[in-house]
Amino acid sequence: MSTITPAAYDSKIEGNVIFTKLDSAINWMRKNSLWPMPMGLACCAIELMATGASRYDISRFGAEVMRFSPRQSDVMIVAGTVTYKMALAVKRIWDQMPEPKWCIAMGACASSGGMYRSYAVLQGIDTLIPVDVYISGCPPRPEALIEGLLRLQRKIEGEHSFLAQKPELVAALRS
Amino acid sequence: MATTLEVPASVKKDAAALAAKFTIVSQKEFRGELTLTVNRAQFHDIAAFLRDQLGYTYLIDVSSVDHFGQEPRYEVVYELQNFERADHLRVKYTVSEDDATAPTVTDLWATADWHEREAFDMMGIRFTGHPDLRRILMWEGYPFHPLRKDFPLAGKDSDTPDVAFSRAAPLAGGPFVTSPTGGDTQDREPRSREME
Repeated sequence: MSTITPAAYDSKIEGNVIFTKLDSAINWMRKNSLWPMPMGLACCAIELMATGASRYDISRFGAEVMRFSPRQSDVMIVAGTVTYKMALAVKRIWDQMPEPKWCIAMGACASSGGMYRSYAVLQGIDTLIPVDVYISGCPPRPEALIEGLLRLQRKIEGEHSFLAQKPELVAALRS
Repeated sequence: MATTLEVPASVKKDAAALAAKFTIVSQKEFRGELTLTVNRAQFHDIAAFLRDQLGYTYLIDVSSVDHFGQEPRYEVVYELQNFERADHLRVKYTVSEDDATAPTVTDLWATADWHEREAFDMMGIRFTGHPDLRRILMWEGYPFHPLRKDFPLAGKDSDTPDVAFSRAAPLAGGPFVTSPTGGDTQDREPRSREME
């Protein structure tokens, strides 16, 4: 029988009780179960699929549950060239996603229009929706997407989720 | 066959049969391909004759050309194929800027439907009699025809509330093409120049 005991939590001592900050607990749960909305618009989507498949296996970081319904997803991965014709559809899907939600602009086109300096292409999805993480590359390798996901997880760790997202409840508790 | 650079005799015979019934403005041979320029007013009858009498049952493509600065400004080009003889024929006619319309051939070749919609979308040529002349590439409500030579490559600002919008893209001296020919990119590509 092992004699090593975790310093922070020992079920024998503490039973089923964990003491932590609410924000930390919420953020810890959120960052490890990000469900992506795969907004695959061009060749970046191929790399996105590779990231989801077994070799790179994005499920190691809890983000394998690709949801094709915006109602069930947390992070929109905009993978590919956003044409003006598609732009408002992307915006609409973003608006359909429930809070809290994040956005990853994957690749040069989604970040800035990329090589498509033309009348047909939106020059960066950040002109329409707020982007948390930009990933360079044309297309980025799956490692880069995973790195972007880890950056997003680090960002979520630092968020004040309770204070920022439940202002009415916080105000009621304080009064 | 593919290696010969002579126009096949059967295609020349077809052109002669066409010339006997309709006006042929000009005729050009280039690398084994025959191009006939005809009158727009006669084109629908010519197309029907080519399909029904001469066996050009397959419409490969409909495209449009913008000769910016010339009059008539536009050209509509039809690529036709006779499957039985493996013959190819190109028929075109000019369209003036003031009356940018063309007769539809959707009643003869169903495939002309989307080709004509593309020509309308990109060049602004309206095909009279087309059953459903909507834009096919740009979105409904977009006010410009982007393949015209006087349309800047960067695009123009447009705002259609709740439908769509577009902003001119930052070209930064582009477009980003490289070519060993002389002149800078601004000279080689008229659409990159600033135009009012």
